[in-house]
Amino acid sequence: MVARALSCLWQWFDSRMPSARQEWLKHAAAYYAPKNFNFWYYFGSLAGLVLIIQIVSGIFLTMNYKPDANLAFGSVEYIMRDVPGGWIIRYIHSTGASAFFIVVYLHMFRALLYGSHKAPRELVWIFGVLIYLTLMGEAFFGYLLPWGQMSYWGAQVIVNLFGTVPLIGPDLSLWIRGDYVVSDATLNRFFALHVIAFPLVLLGLVTTHLLALHDVGSNNPDGVDIKQVKGPDGHYADGIPFHPYYTVKDLVGAVVFLAIFCFVLFFVPEMGGYFLEANNFIPADPLKTPQHIAPVWYFTPFYSILRAVPPLFHSQFPGVLAMGVATMILFFLPWLDRSPVKSIRYRGRLYKSWLAAFVVVFFVLGYLGTEPTTVWGQFPFDAFFLDTKDVATWVARLCSIVYFLFFFLMPWYTARDKVQPVPARVVWEH
Amino acid sequence: MKRLLAILLFAPGLALASEETYRQDRAPNDPRDLVSLQSGARTYMNYCLGCHGMQFMRYEGLKDIGLTEAQIKDNLMFTGEKVGEPIRIAFPPKEAKAWFGVTPPDLSVVARSRGADWLYTYLRVFYRDPKTVTGWNNALFPNVAMPHALWTLQGQRALEIESKKEGGHTQVEYKWSEITKGTQTAAEYDATVRDLVNFLVYVSEPHGNSRRPIGIVVLFALAIVFVFAYLLKKEYWKDVK
Repeated sequence: MVARALSCLWQWFDSRMPSARQEWLKHAAAYYAPKNFNFWYYFGSLAGLVLIIQIVSGIFLTMNYKPDANLAFGSVEYIMRDVPGGWIIRYIHSTGASAFFIVVYLHMFRALLYGSHKAPRELVWIFGVLIYLTLMGEAFFGYLLPWGQMSYWGAQVIVNLFGTVPLIGPDLSLWIRGDYVVSDATLNRFFALHVIAFPLVLLGLVTTHLLALHDVGSNNPDGVDIKQVKGPDGHYADGIPFHPYYTVKDLVGAVVFLAIFCFVLFFVPEMGGYFLEANNFIPADPLKTPQHIAPVWYFTPFYSILRAVPPLFHSQFPGVLAMGVATMILFFLPWLDRSPVKSIRYRGRLYKSWLAAFVVVFFVLGYLGTEPTTVWGQFPFDAFFLDTKDVATWVARLCSIVYFLFFFLMPWYTARDKVQPVPARVVWEH
Repeated sequence: MKRLLAILLFAPGLALASEETYRQDRAPNDPRDLVSLQSGARTYMNYCLGCHGMQFMRYEGLKDIGLTEAQIKDNLMFTGEKVGEPIRIAFPPKEAKAWFGVTPPDLSVVARSRGADWLYTYLRVFYRDPKTVTGWNNALFPNVAMPHALWTLQGQRALEIESKKEGGHTQVEYKWSEITKGTQTAAEYDATVRDLVNFLVYVSEPHGNSRRPIGIVVLFALAIVFVFAYLLKKEYWKDVK
């Protein structure tokens, strides 16, 4: 009886909007994905999960948050203390911010491993980089909102970076802040950008990313094109429908991810000062600059590059430019990579070594960015070429050079690399 | 190249040598110890609340550390009229600034910005210093504007700081001496500070105590969901050849 009623309802719906069923088939039930996805393929769906977590927890936070320089800090504490369940929502959102970057960095690293940026998926990659850049903006705007000392001075430093741009710099940073210093006006506009403008852009880009992906089909750990071989049923022989196979598999990944997420949330929400910084529990004070200003961990590799570049004619612009190039270069990756194979499984020693070096310097730069440049002490001697004696600055310079060489030399070493033959079908051991 | 490598290996040692601040003690606090929290609350209201408010904490919140509304009203409420009010101070910030040079900070979340160890050390290393305006100085926070609020308990102490240079390393020695005795012994005073720090840690995150128990339940529930999700995945994937 109930089943019959539901079936009637569905037919009523389907006859009026058949596109719902068609879209479901196109993107899930009849979207054929390679069957050999491994561990690295969880992070795409996890990024989607974190996006939803952030949007939902963010909506609840805005119900009690006050974007006002006099009230913002107190309203966050109000959420942490007096709003029922408020502390959980706040920790979900603060843990989610870091989790978003962890998941996205792993997702991007997957592309470097298996060549997912290569033809015909260049657009998928480009939309992905746009998502990453938007996410950086979203995180930056959001970090100002608790209005603690780190929020305030971090924003001050980053907005001042735009001030170093020749000619238009000072006007540009003034335009971004809406005031001569970071102030209530800045807080209000950052709130608007954080809760509506950037999330809308993110949602649009994520949709585009997925549409572009589903047009060309997913890559896989072997980098083999599964569209070449069709089975007797007319479907790709090495493909399986995304739903139900990958929906149930990603469900397992999501549960494991949530367990780690909840462990951080309930047991170490500050994550040793990396997710929630101690200085951000001091209300913003425009008259008191903290001794050591560091961005949150997910920006620190780029912050390290910025600090590593020496000023030119008393301008920090070269460093800002280097930081900009370090992120923008990602757009060109599909064309810098000239390897005939996609997957690391069939690439040669050159690419593997460069990728390993890249990962190491990314971590070293990330670590150094959280610390003052004096963290590793100073050289005990003097020399004419030493503009700074801080050891960490020189290590960061070395790492920055490796970071850029990974990209700039890529056309050369990927073309020259000795690759192995790629199998005709995906490797599948069951 | 070899020289550079040697320097890189040596570098962490250099970093350690350049640290010269007073060594922090570990705070032996336990935010689940209600007796200690209540004792800390009493010390706070009697010695700290003159200058330092806790504007994000309500008197009512002290019910969570085992106090009744009557106990809060009769023994701890010096500044408010209703238990729903935040723990504020009567000292106007402008006057406070004129007195001390800085406005005494609100301490609602001080344990999160400073950390328990810092607070525990800081409150135990005040010394008499005729060169400062207040006559007090602090080994951990040199030239701090705050006088020793708990001196009647700890007594007055003097400190001589000697720094010796030994092969590039600066060795700092702290020599403490007693000027007058306080009403508490050293061990009793340490316990008083422990309780006070414990209270500050509690106030900085009042829901901190319920976080872990909820977390355990959530992780347990996720473990059960994991078993079912994993079995579901296995069931579907057995036909993938």
